[in-house]
Amino acid sequence: MNVTVKYFAVCHEMLDRSEEEMELPEGATIQTILDRLEEEWPEIAEFYEVMQMSVNWEYATEHTELAEGDEVALIPPVTGGCNV
Amino acid sequence: MFKITTEVITGEEVREAVEGPDAGAVVLFFGTVRNNTDGRSVKCLEYEAYPPMAEKKMAEIAQEISEKWGLDRVAMLHRVGKLEIGEVSVAVAVASPHRKDGFEACKYAMDRLKQIVPIWKREVWAEGEAEWVKPDAVFFDAPKPHKTDSQID
Repeated sequence: MNVTVKYFAVCHEMLDRSEEEMELPEGATIQTILDRLEEEWPEIAEFYEVMQMSVNWEYATEHTELAEGDEVALIPPVTGGCNV
Repeated sequence: MFKITTEVITGEEVREAVEGPDAGAVVLFFGTVRNNTDGRSVKCLEYEAYPPMAEKKMAEIAQEISEKWGLDRVAMLHRVGKLEIGEVSVAVAVASPHRKDGFEACKYAMDRLKQIVPIWKREVWAEGEAEWVKPDAVFFDAPKPHKTDSQID
């Protein structure tokens, strides 16, 4: 199956791309994507504790199973608004 | 109105979105770009968002406010891109029959925005470097449910 993976903020910067298509085996979970990214960018493992993931605009966990056409995103700690 | 925008925020957008004849108060909040962080000079801020998810999460916050306070007119608008010192990065408006609920709900909206809405801020320092802001630990660790005090007119 094919999914779209989006990268924001520090992830965008470190991977040097904002999104990509990934072909994954049936039964793949978000962990499958994280494992694949770790091969390219070993330091990403340090971010996993604080980073969240989403599938189709809803927060998800590494165990969430994926389906054809899903939109997955890596969500670094959010810091919107202002410093008050 | 729950929106990510690249346009300048005036506040009229969110005020108009919540106004109505049964409102006795409209609470408006603006977040603005400050010229320093802990004393270090900031040149400008750059905001990035995941717009469809951000707008969905803003709508969920409004739903939470509806459940907690019974207020159904909430608007949230957040700007992305490069913002100069003093510019408005976020505007929240809440209309309510009485001011107390409006103030509480508006504060709640901002607290929740900083917890769950996928928006990121990068500080560009006056001396030239730039870095993604790390979250305030209090917001990152403790999304506690909010309870209203007893109603006061």
